[in-house]
Amino acid sequence: MSVVVSMTVNGKVAQADVDPRTLLVDFLRTNLGLTGTHVGCDTAQCGACTVHLNGRAVKACNLLAVQAQGATVLTIEGVAAADGTMHPMQQAFKDCHGLQCGFCTPGMVMSALDLVARHPGADEKTIREQLEGNICRCTGYHNIVKAVAQGAAAMAR
Amino acid sequence: MGAIETGFIGQSVKRKEDMRYLTGAGQYTDDVSMANQTHAYFLRSPHAHATIRRIDTAKGKAAPGVVAIYTGADLEGVNGLPCGWLITSTDGTPMKEPPHHVLAKGKVRYVGDHVALVVAETREQAKDAAELIDVDYDVLPSVVNAVEALKPGAPQIHDEAPGNKCYTWAIGDKAAVDAAFAKAAHVTKLDLVNNRLVPNAIEPRAAVAAYSRSEDAYTLYVTSQNPHVERLLMTAFVLGLPEHKVRVIAPDVGGGFGSKIYLYSEETAMVWASKRVNRPIKWAAERSESFVSDAHGRDHVTHAELALDKDGKFLALRVHTTAAMGAYLSTFASCIPTILYATLLAGQYTTPVIYCEVDAVFTNTAPVDAYRGAGRPEATYVVERIVHQAAVEMGIPQDELRRRNFIRTFPYQTPVALLYDTGGYDATLDEAMKMADVKGFAARKAESAARGKLRGLGYAAYIEACGIAPSNIAGALGARAGLFEAGEVRVHPTGSVTVFTGSHSHGQGHETTFAQVVATRLGIPVENVDVVHGDTGRVLFGMGTYGSRSLAVGGTAIVKALDKIVAKGKKIAAHLLEAAEADIEFKDGKFAVAGTDRSKTFGEIALTAYVPHNYPLDKLEPGLNEMAFYDPTNFTFPAGTHICEVEIDPETGVVSIASFAACDDFGNIINPMIVEGQVHGGLTQGIGQALLENCVYDAESGQLLTGSLMDYAMPRADDVPSYKVATKVTPCTHNPLGAKGCGEAGAIGAPAALMNAVMDAMAAAGVKHFDMPASPHRVWQALQSAKAA
Repeated sequence: MSVVVSMTVNGKVAQADVDPRTLLVDFLRTNLGLTGTHVGCDTAQCGACTVHLNGRAVKACNLLAVQAQGATVLTIEGVAAADGTMHPMQQAFKDCHGLQCGFCTPGMVMSALDLVARHPGADEKTIREQLEGNICRCTGYHNIVKAVAQGAAAMAR
Repeated sequence: MGAIETGFIGQSVKRKEDMRYLTGAGQYTDDVSMANQTHAYFLRSPHAHATIRRIDTAKGKAAPGVVAIYTGADLEGVNGLPCGWLITSTDGTPMKEPPHHVLAKGKVRYVGDHVALVVAETREQAKDAAELIDVDYDVLPSVVNAVEALKPGAPQIHDEAPGNKCYTWAIGDKAAVDAAFAKAAHVTKLDLVNNRLVPNAIEPRAAVAAYSRSEDAYTLYVTSQNPHVERLLMTAFVLGLPEHKVRVIAPDVGGGFGSKIYLYSEETAMVWASKRVNRPIKWAAERSESFVSDAHGRDHVTHAELALDKDGKFLALRVHTTAAMGAYLSTFASCIPTILYATLLAGQYTTPVIYCEVDAVFTNTAPVDAYRGAGRPEATYVVERIVHQAAVEMGIPQDELRRRNFIRTFPYQTPVALLYDTGGYDATLDEAMKMADVKGFAARKAESAARGKLRGLGYAAYIEACGIAPSNIAGALGARAGLFEAGEVRVHPTGSVTVFTGSHSHGQGHETTFAQVVATRLGIPVENVDVVHGDTGRVLFGMGTYGSRSLAVGGTAIVKALDKIVAKGKKIAAHLLEAAEADIEFKDGKFAVAGTDRSKTFGEIALTAYVPHNYPLDKLEPGLNEMAFYDPTNFTFPAGTHICEVEIDPETGVVSIASFAACDDFGNIINPMIVEGQVHGGLTQGIGQALLENCVYDAESGQLLTGSLMDYAMPRADDVPSYKVATKVTPCTHNPLGAKGCGEAGAIGAPAALMNAVMDAMAAAGVKHFDMPASPHRVWQALQSAKAA
């Protein structure tokens, strides 16, 4: 048994026949080949799979693909400009050395963008609290927090 | 900073690798897919200890999409996974090395042990089929705690290891230590548990194995910190394949922290099976699998005694440690609580005699091996906790007691084998105290007390030994591998450069740091240098990345190759400039005749090497490509002082980190931004161990109780502060970069600093004994118990 799921991903309509139990993250990675969204855990804790669903950050490992039926999805591959210029938040992560191995990074960037939308001008404490749902084992968060603040400031300009 | 600070050295060059990670273009192992690939799932033992009476795979094999199912019985001719370091017991016998089967044979010995490999068309089908495999287990009593495992009557895990003992090993002069204790004015005694940790790199382990029947060759993509070592162990020791028929690629790897050094069952079984099914096989661990099957870290139980004279001079240190090995010896398990632990017990101090005895013990748990710091955090924890305790008992200020015992003349031979080449421990202590504003602590403590809070300050003056070497001495100590590194510098005809390194980057930023070294030396832009790593098909050889060795050892191999490039370039320049080779100087990207304005650029020399029309072909080969191996003459010895200040709410037991200051000496630094990032990450892992993380197995059932990120507390952004970090520099004396390594320092210093701060804070409440982690419940309980007493 399979179901047809259809959604708009990074501005393009995407459709596929999938096993009903297919998770959104597997649909993105396997069916669409968008491997920038990562799987770091199986309990919706690490946030490596964070994408935007209808403008809100969600953990794509915690949703079935069918739950995103008809939705608009933004993944890390859709964040930079069409000419490849990085988004100010991506640039801020680079400038602040807010990434090391890069595995949590796409989820961090997607969460950071959502954070800025919900808390423009967030202070360090708010940024740290709002990043609770994304685990990084490399950076110790120090430079991620700096990057989010710097990225937010750049986005406000 | 020293003589090498020119060009791009010492500059925070932004990382070359970042764009691909930031845009989703990274290529991690699970991102690799091959045509016609199958998917693997491993059926694991649900029991901590059981005899396998029978495995019936028939139903599983008949399930939809199943290609094959293999169990231990199918792996005829496949050897067990090897241990890379032979430790010899005090009685002269070799450590016990029970077979570590790729798939269990006859018995399972921990929850998560590998029982069967299911290969199917999809991951889900493989998983579904695994549920249909009928395994008849005869469950046996288990033991998960190393101290319990040594007791008479404990369940026996391996026939080959009576009493569950792997080895009893010792270092130091026991008689001299006993004599020093007899004369001591004061003796401080301490019992410590170094809690078991789960590494939890955010990328779970994964592999894609493919076999080509036409080439009779294999390709393995795998989450590895050292693909050449992985290949060597797998081919030569386990599968009996010729190395040239196996290509191992460790592409982008999402963090390692030690856990991806080792040869694991999964990829080994997959390489073997890929030939049998004649199709590529892909596997990625779920986090639950990572918890039960990645090699864990730490898990020491230690009794330590420090003898001091009346002025607080250390006279002797006596340590006994019981170290858990887990159910089987992982690749480097045996050398962690010995060679990388007991040898560090001198710390930064002149303690004249030290004796340490270590019992290594099998337990019904996941194997234990190197985890960020690997033995050195455990050693620092023992030394710095007992120094803290001694200072409290003798009424000597923490910094003062440390100063009275600092090593100040180098080279310094410790009583536990290591020869420190250089260091400056006063400088890092002084700076850390300034950063931590130790002078203002009393006022802050009073202010906390006025709010009903407990405030404490803790020091850790740590040392570590990095870039483990040299190979001949390591070999004499039991190493079964070399400890060199290889590097290759390929200059292209137009003067751009590709560097091939045996080091592996899984977050460390080698693509940038190594490019800075090469660009500086050749006088070319960083953009003109690309670094290739992680592929046995492209890189000559390598021992990989662990033990903070990449720059000191791998970087030096590249420097040695650069020396050869420059030497050949001089020969070419001498010919072109019609000068004597001895008169050619190479500086700022130009080969010049000394004392003249006649010169050739690096690019012109490169082009001449590949278009050798005007070239001394009778004396010199064309081309400009050089490789080098470098085997260090000694370890490097990064050191520093970390100072942590905490505030404890006695009502809730919550420990808040008020500030954390770290001043480290890593020798010369190539990229300060990257070094600071390494420190931040290390500190957070150390703080994680001291404050949050604790791997717990149920004593009765042997089940892993902390088997998910919901049960095992990983540090998150709001658990840790922003850090104050600084460096002091005493360049390493025995490598040309003067580099010591920085990857593990944070994880080494932080646990002791934080716990000493917690002990300092709780001292006022009467708490005398406390182990990690300082989680709210445990802190609250300790405070209540002290109150009751």
